Order: sequence, then structure tokens, then C-alpha cells
Amino acid sequence: MIFLDHLINGLSLGSIYAIIALGYTMVYGIAKMLNFAHGDVIMIGAYIAFCGLQYWGIPPVLAILLAMVFCTLLGVTIEGFAYRPLRQATSLAVLITAIGMSYLLQNIALMIWGANPNFFPTTFINGSNIRLGTLNISSATLFTIAANVIIMVTLTLFTSRTKLGKAMRCVSEDRGAAELMGINVNRTISLTFAIGSALAAIAGVLLCSSYPILQPTTGSMPGIKAFTAAVFGGIGSIPGAMLGGILLGVIEIFGKAYISTELGDAIVFAVLIIVLLVKPAGLLGKPMREKV
Amino acid sequence: MKKLIALLLALALSLTVFAAFAEEDVITLKIAHIGPTTGAAALYGLATQHGAEIAADEINAAGGKYRIELICEDDEHNVEKVINAYNAALDAGAQMILGSTTSKPCEAAGAQGYTDRVFFLTPSASSTAVIEDKDNVFQVCFTDPNQGSASAEYIAAHQLGTKVAVIYNNADVYSTGIRDTFVEKGAELGLEIVSEETFTDETTDFTVQVGKAQEAGAEIVFLPMYYTPASLILKTAADKNYSPIFFGVDGMDGILSVEGFDTSLAEGVMLLTPFVATSEDEKVQNFVAKYQEKFNETPIQFAADAYDGMYILVAAAEKAGITSDMAPEEACDLLIAAMLEIEVEGLTGTMTWDESGAVTKTPMAATIVNGVYVFED
Repeated sequence: MIFLDHLINGLSLGSIYAIIALGYTMVYGIAKMLNFAHGDVIMIGAYIAFCGLQYWGIPPVLAILLAMVFCTLLGVTIEGFAYRPLRQATSLAVLITAIGMSYLLQNIALMIWGANPNFFPTTFINGSNIRLGTLNISSATLFTIAANVIIMVTLTLFTSRTKLGKAMRCVSEDRGAAELMGINVNRTISLTFAIGSALAAIAGVLLCSSYPILQPTTGSMPGIKAFTAAVFGGIGSIPGAMLGGILLGVIEIFGKAYISTELGDAIVFAVLIIVLLVKPAGLLGKPMREKV
Repeated sequence: MKKLIALLLALALSLTVFAAFAEEDVITLKIAHIGPTTGAAALYGLATQHGAEIAADEINAAGGKYRIELICEDDEHNVEKVINAYNAALDAGAQMILGSTTSKPCEAAGAQGYTDRVFFLTPSASSTAVIEDKDNVFQVCFTDPNQGSASAEYIAAHQLGTKVAVIYNNADVYSTGIRDTFVEKGAELGLEIVSEETFTDETTDFTVQVGKAQEAGAEIVFLPMYYTPASLILKTAADKNYSPIFFGVDGMDGILSVEGFDTSLAEGVMLLTPFVATSEDEKVQNFVAKYQEKFNETPIQFAADAYDGMYILVAAAEKAGITSDMAPEEACDLLIAAMLEIEVEGLTGTMTWDESGAVTKTPMAATIVNGVYVFED
């Protein structure tokens, strides 16, 4: 029974990693950049939802929608102001800009909301826990897993069936050729950021519903773990992010439960190294052949 | 008319002579309070300063053998500024120091005081480094790690349970220090540690730690940590329908003031604390009433520590035979010797000291009931 308990906890944690990882993997796949500010967009989204629920007293659904709208605008703005001018620059320059953006967002949050931790109101999601014998599943867990499945299916359908989705895949495959075929690359990349940031808002709410301490650094560690998950599953691949996230969560919980809580994070990263040694492109990543 | 004036003058003269006569028996102690009264830690520095002021007012109003001349200096919770504050206090004629309020500045000023031979009694600086290798520094509050043994004593003495789980932050000296003394004392007192799990500053997922405590059937979960991770642990336990007694230390203080915190999660949580403003104890109520009247707010633990500190200094000065014009260097060694002999009953318990400078007092714990702290006894 305790095994099932750990498994469910792992799935729940993994689902949160997976949703965050989707943001990383989409942006990487299409814009070929590592958006390290993604974790902090999550934090901002969580703060917006927190303000909505705690101070403005708006219904949960509206609060989440508000957070999504705000994060979408934030993501597109960040992309337009900070990343677009660097489209032709070296990837290192873009990477450093993303890290700078991450600190900027954290410090803005520090200015607005202060360093004291806030407790995210979880009552709206924690309606009733489900009990199966001695097994206890919190509704936040079920909600997270369900949201994860819905988001992945929708995203997969979006990229494979719609025109915009196809444009995204084209840009991902070959930016120059896509441009020649009449695809507006800048708009496609903006759209990717918009979707990724809206997902970040959902991830922020889900993250804080399970782990309700909200402070300006809330997004950093989950962001790094989710990035790891995206690499683990094969960065650029949507099902890969999903698989990587869930595996990472389950491995982390099992590692802590059956080996040592002290080594929990070490085990996660050790597994990552082993996977990358065996499959350098990640579990579901497409191996890229360098043409010389 | 001239006669009348002469008479009055003579009377006035004789009165001053008489008054001066009585003043000879009165000893004025010049005590400097050093603490952060501005800056980020001002909350604590103001609390200790206010607590010290109330005690000084009481002592002066009581008209006993001692009068207090309180010198207040601000250290801004800064290790450099504290040295300026300390020098300013000595320049103003301070014979002994009540301070500093916070650990890092206290460590710096205490070390300077060790070289200069100046006596320090800190109300609230709780790290071990504050008293380590310094015979001149004494504490009113428990040293951090000693909260572990004090918690174990409290749990054993009040028979809260025998199966204990410990969850602690192994990346933090505060947490590991308390855990070490808790486990050691717990073993002595027959507490059985059934599960012991760690986390780090970045940890947000406590499902495994709490799950293991639950699986091991722990009746008490000891949480030597600050309130941020503790609130996540309480949330996780509530999700798992696990309700042991959660027992925290002073780092838990503040959990009720986290913005948005669902206080029902903390219902029944116990924490080691020497002072609760809602206590029915007569001395405490008297102190709280005076504090509210003078400063228009409810005193926190720090204020009570400083209030006790002022009385401790007077008791030590009496034992040591400190006089009004004694230099701080002269007073220092006399006070150190006196501290080892006195026993002071204050708001925060009955206290004695050993050579290390650490205090020994009966541990007290409060329970959170309906969102407020309540003393069990």
C-alpha cells in the first residue's frame, strides 16, 4: 500500500514537472533557445492567481484565467523585448539573456510581494480527498494528473492538425525554409511563447496547490527540475517532456522513499546522466546528425 | 519678607542635603541596550528595547537600592554598525550591555567585548557562536541546539508519546544542531525515534518524509525548522489524513502570520516557546498590560526576554556588588562570577547559568488552539 502511495505521489510530482517541461520543450523545439525564465513566469502566474483568490476574492476559475492571460502577455512581451532582437545572435547570448530575465522577474516579484512567503489558498482545489482503504489521494493530485493529460492531448492535436501547429513544426524543422514557404517565423515564435506562458500559469497554480508556499524563488527549483525532465525525455519533443517529467517525479519519490531522502536529488541527476550517456538525445528525442 | 525667603532657602538647602544623603545608598547602573531599532530586523530590536524600558521603569519606580540609566544604541542588524553602537554605548558610560538582539551582530560585539572586558547579556541572540569562546557573554534565551534537548525533556515530562519521527533540514546548522541534541536527549529519556528524514532548502515535496513518519506510526513528529517548510509538512499531513502531535521550536513561531495560511492546518501544533502574551500568569499579564499601554502593541517573545534580561542584570550586579562609578572592565569579571551563582525567576522561566554562558530553564511549550498560542499548563 505504501508503494502505491509513493507511486501516486510520484505521478503527482511528475505531472507538475511535465507541465513545466512542456513550456521548456516547446520553446526549445521551435525557437531553439533555453528559456530559463520559464520557472519565474510560473511564479508570477502563481502570484497573480494568489492575488485574485486572496485579495480580490474572484472565483478560482476566473483567477486561473486571469493568471493565464497575464502570463501570456508577459511571455509575449519578454519574447518581443528581450529575445527577438537577439534572433541572429549566438545561442550563448540568448541563454545569458534568459538567465538575466529570470533574475529580473524574481526581483520584480520581490519588490511587489516582498520576501515573506505567502500561503497559496488551496481550499478551492482540496474539496475532498479520495480514500481507498489506507490510500489517500488528494484532489490536488487528481486535478494535476488530469490537467496534464488534457494539456498533452490538446497540444499534440494542435501541433499535428491545425495550420498554426503545422507552422510551428515547420519553423522547428528548418527556420529558413519555413520563412521561404511564407510562414511568419516571428509570429510563430511569439505564439509559442504565448502558449508556453499560458501553460506556465496553469503550472504555477497546480504547483502551488500541491506545495502551497509561494515566494519569489518558488519557480527556480521546479524550473530546473522540469528542464532536466525535458532533456531527459528528449528536448523539443512534446510526448518526451511528458514522459520525462513523469519519470523524473516517480524516480525522485522512489529514490527518496527507498534509498535515502538525503540523496533524492542526487539520484535524479545520476539517472539523467546515465540516460544521456546511453541515449544522448533523450528518451524520445530525435538524434540529430551533424552534416559536415 | 526677607526672613521668610531666608527660611525657605534654608529649608531648601537642608532638603537637598537630606536628599543627597539618601542618594548615597542608591546605586545607578548604566546599562546599554544594543539592538536593531531600524532596518529589516527592527521588529526584534524595538521589542527588546521596549521590554528593557519597561523593566527599567519598573525598577526605577520601585525605589529600591538600584536605579537604571538606560542607554539605547542602534546596530541596524549589521556586524560593522554594531561595533560603532558598542563604542558609543561605552562612551556614554555604559557599565554593561544588554544585547545585541540578533545573533550575528551579537557575535561581533561580544568578541570585541571579550577583548575589552565588557559584560554582555543577550536577550535573544541564540546561535552557539554568540557564547562560544567568550566568557563575557551570557544568554537569556536557549542556545539554538539546546532547544532540541529542551523539546525532548518537555515531550518526556508531559508524556506526549514515545514514538517520535524527526524531519529536519540537513543543509542548515540551526536545524541539524537542534536535531542532534534532541536525538541524544531523547535516547536518554526513552523516546523512540521511529523515523528520521531530511530535506534541504529547495525541497517542496514532503510526501515521502511525512509518509514515512505515518508508516512508522509516529505519535509525535518533531520539526526543528523554520515555519516555511513546516507549513508544507502540515499541508502534506492534512492531505494524508495524518494527525500526530507536531512539535516545533522557536523557528515555528510566525507560522500563524504567513499571508493566506489556513490556520486550521496548525491546529494542535505545539512549539517550544518561553513566552505567550495570552498566558494567565499574573506577572505576564502585568507586563503585557504595561507594554500595551506604553507602546500600543502586544509584546512578542523578544520583549519578554529583554525584560527578564534587565532584572537578571540587576540581580547579578547586586551579587557582584557593582557600584555607580565602577568601570566596565572592573565590573565584567565580577558579573561573570555572579552569573554562575544567581537564580532568577522571570517571565520566561526560572533561570540559572553555567560557565559557557548558556541558560538552563524549564522548557515551556505552547499549543495552537483556534489560531492562537495557548500554554498547556
